[in-house]
Amino acid sequence: MPATINDDASLFLPDPPNSWNPAIRVLVFLVCLVPFLLLVNAVATNSMGPDPAEHLMHVTGEWVMRFLVLVLLATPLARNGWPRLARYRRMLGLYVWFYATLHLLVFAQVYIGWSGEQLVEELADRPYVLVGFLAWLILVPLGITSARVIRKKMGKYWRQLHKLTYVVVILGWLHLMWLSRSDVGDAVFYGVIFGSLLGYRVRGPLRSGLR
Amino acid sequence: MSKHDWKTVPQIVSSEITPESVWLNRRSLIKAAVVGAGITTIGEAVAQPKAQKDLNFTTAAEYTPFKAIEDLTPYEAATTYNNFYEFGTEKSDPARYADAMTTDPWEIKVGGLVNQPGKLYLEDILSGFDLEERIYRFRCVEAWSMVVPWIGFPLSKLLERFEPKTEGKFIEFKTLYRRSEMRGTRSFTSIIDWPYREGLRMDEAMHPLTLMTVGLYGKTLPNQSGAPLRLIVPWKYGFKNIKSIVEINVTDRQPKTSWQELAPQEYGFYANVNPQVSHPRWSQSWERRLPSSLFNPNRVRTQMFNGYTDQVADLYQGMDLARYY
Repeated sequence: MPATINDDASLFLPDPPNSWNPAIRVLVFLVCLVPFLLLVNAVATNSMGPDPAEHLMHVTGEWVMRFLVLVLLATPLARNGWPRLARYRRMLGLYVWFYATLHLLVFAQVYIGWSGEQLVEELADRPYVLVGFLAWLILVPLGITSARVIRKKMGKYWRQLHKLTYVVVILGWLHLMWLSRSDVGDAVFYGVIFGSLLGYRVRGPLRSGLR
Repeated sequence: MSKHDWKTVPQIVSSEITPESVWLNRRSLIKAAVVGAGITTIGEAVAQPKAQKDLNFTTAAEYTPFKAIEDLTPYEAATTYNNFYEFGTEKSDPARYADAMTTDPWEIKVGGLVNQPGKLYLEDILSGFDLEERIYRFRCVEAWSMVVPWIGFPLSKLLERFEPKTEGKFIEFKTLYRRSEMRGTRSFTSIIDWPYREGLRMDEAMHPLTLMTVGLYGKTLPNQSGAPLRLIVPWKYGFKNIKSIVEINVTDRQPKTSWQELAPQEYGFYANVNPQVSHPRWSQSWERRLPSSLFNPNRVRTQMFNGYTDQVADLYQGMDLARYY
């Protein structure tokens, strides 16, 4: 299991927020890429067993969930003693999009064989596919508008648009919940985490008068 | 037999037949699997893999429904990629944890609407029936499939011994439920009501294709494949093929089955392979014939009744299969 950014104590040096080290940024970027590199290696060495489709879908999907948790964690942590973490929100958000796109590409390749007809069947007959696909569609404008230039141009609208992240989280969780068959462990686990992190955002402003 | 016309041969999907190579290699494959399993169990405090025993059996005639002509799924794939939720929900869990299950001694209670209720023991199963090899396509509802050389005997032969009464219309099966040996049943987030249950209509149970299975690839079943006795009904989705059976009852009512109880809108009692009936999770019009890979997914079209239409369609004459899925 690769280390997550929280394991990297060097991130939390007591420097003032403006004197951050670019090397750390590169390090975080590479750490987030490790799950992808492991998958590339597993594909190259054919070490995922007789049905890599299931494994690839599972692993890419799980990383989407994990990065969503990290994205949602960044803001509360930044406000409560880890201000530098705010700088990683964008990167983490783009990684959500990256792993979600991989998830979708694997689906297209091994589940529906790039067939438009099959895609229509999937969207029409399987609600969990539909909400997953919607979540990915929402990620597209979020990803594109992450570019600094665009962000600056958008001004206050950027903030409004990026509140759609919460919709992505809810759709992502619905996707997971509908996939539960006989074991609701994952759905409950992420439900509790997403619930508290979204709950913080609803209650936080009420209590402290912050935005 | 008279009711079913064996002259019709299932459609040929692939013209290459290379099971011989796999077949001739089976000992090395089995050895490799045993060694591999041994390595993975180190430090996991589970029993060593139980040795599979050689079986004596007759092989099925060529060009019959008893011998699918597609390439066999490699032994390694068929015995490491399994659904057996009593040992966990990951495909690799059964191969990793099922050795904890004691399969000897083993007894199967046969009762319900029969004239001669009684018990069967492991010895009776392995020596009391003429064993045959059947090469069947195996289609999981999760849209993957295999081609496996099973060894067993017709379920009808077993049922005849216990003399089902005429009012017996269905057969109910139950899997072993032993918490101490089955880690999946101890998961507190699992919502399956153990023991696992399955059922068949009497005519399905008596059908010559329906196999009480004791082995695969020439040997007794490994635990993850449902040792020592499991059901194989090749025209139905995999979950009907209940594993590690300890109880068989003849009933006059359609038995409740585990997946149907859990999600009746998804899993029906019949569970016949049917590309026309959509499922809320997986497309049933295609399947991945394992082994599959990212760049060669090996997707093939799913056939009605898994390709056994000529043998079984008359069982469902006049039934709306979209309603009775």
